[in-house]
Amino acid sequence: MSDSHADVLRESPWTGGGSPYSIGSKKLGMWLFIVSDTLTFAALLLTYSYCRLTNPNWPKPFPIFNAIVFTTIMTVVLLGSSLTMVMGVAAAHRGNRASTVKWMLATMLGGAIFCGLHATEWMHLIHDGLTPFSNKYGGSPLFGATFFGITGLHMTHVAIGVIYLGIVATGFGRGKFSAEDVEVSGLYWHFVDLVWMFVFPMIYLMSVKY
Amino acid sequence: MSSPTSDSHGHAGSTKLFAWVWLWLVIITGAEVYLAYKHLPPVTMLLLLIGMSVVKAGLIMSYFMHLRFEKASLVWTLIPATIFCIGMLTMIFPDGVRLRDSHTAPQGQVQPK
Repeated sequence: MSDSHADVLRESPWTGGGSPYSIGSKKLGMWLFIVSDTLTFAALLLTYSYCRLTNPNWPKPFPIFNAIVFTTIMTVVLLGSSLTMVMGVAAAHRGNRASTVKWMLATMLGGAIFCGLHATEWMHLIHDGLTPFSNKYGGSPLFGATFFGITGLHMTHVAIGVIYLGIVATGFGRGKFSAEDVEVSGLYWHFVDLVWMFVFPMIYLMSVKY
Repeated sequence: MSSPTSDSHGHAGSTKLFAWVWLWLVIITGAEVYLAYKHLPPVTMLLLLIGMSVVKAGLIMSYFMHLRFEKASLVWTLIPATIFCIGMLTMIFPDGVRLRDSHTAPQGQVQPK
């Protein structure tokens, strides 16, 4: 085999060389994680829908005031944190470390506020008698299990995201992490936002108490 | 919307573009909440809400997650397979309809198969 042919093979995508998607391995790895996590949340939301379909006495415990207004504020906060994250990624690609850290801190603040509001809502529901194993609202007891399962997994993702962004922001501020690391953490954060765009209508808006 | 711009590292998008996308996401969220006030049939409501959520997911993936500016091969690798797998998960629903009908029908009219 001639040297030139070997070089071509080494650079070929089929032999691990080159980059067929023109992105780094970290970014591709995060995308593959996002696909797998998408299927996890899809399975949970479809399970919720199945339980709801098969239980005619599914509870509707969320009045417009205050539950829906409260969760709408949570949604806007999470959307706002996605905007600050995308600004942070843009600043990282411009090489502006101080601005990047500032935007990422704003994103973390948004995530922390979301978790705080969500915990407040949970406490209110638990106080009213809704737990993963009991449902004082009447109707199917599966509501508590599926509600806390899905929103709890999502809130865990948000909390982990806040910690993840803190680590990346610190590393990027000290020059240890690259702009790609910031972008990869941004992908995770936007995914958490994206999941909520389905959780909010399917669990809250479909269960409004008139 | 402004046309996307790229810097030397290949990152595309502008502040104005991201702000527009965010504004649309908030507007669609507002429309979803407005629908919640309406007493629509559950299936109609579900289809409308899921439709709007898919549009929001598309906006987030395209602009915030940068897919609009990536190579098409990445999009074709990730998205159709994910949609196919989610579609396969919906195969449980015919059984859900059967169970619902067996619960709601008068005793003796519908027998679970």
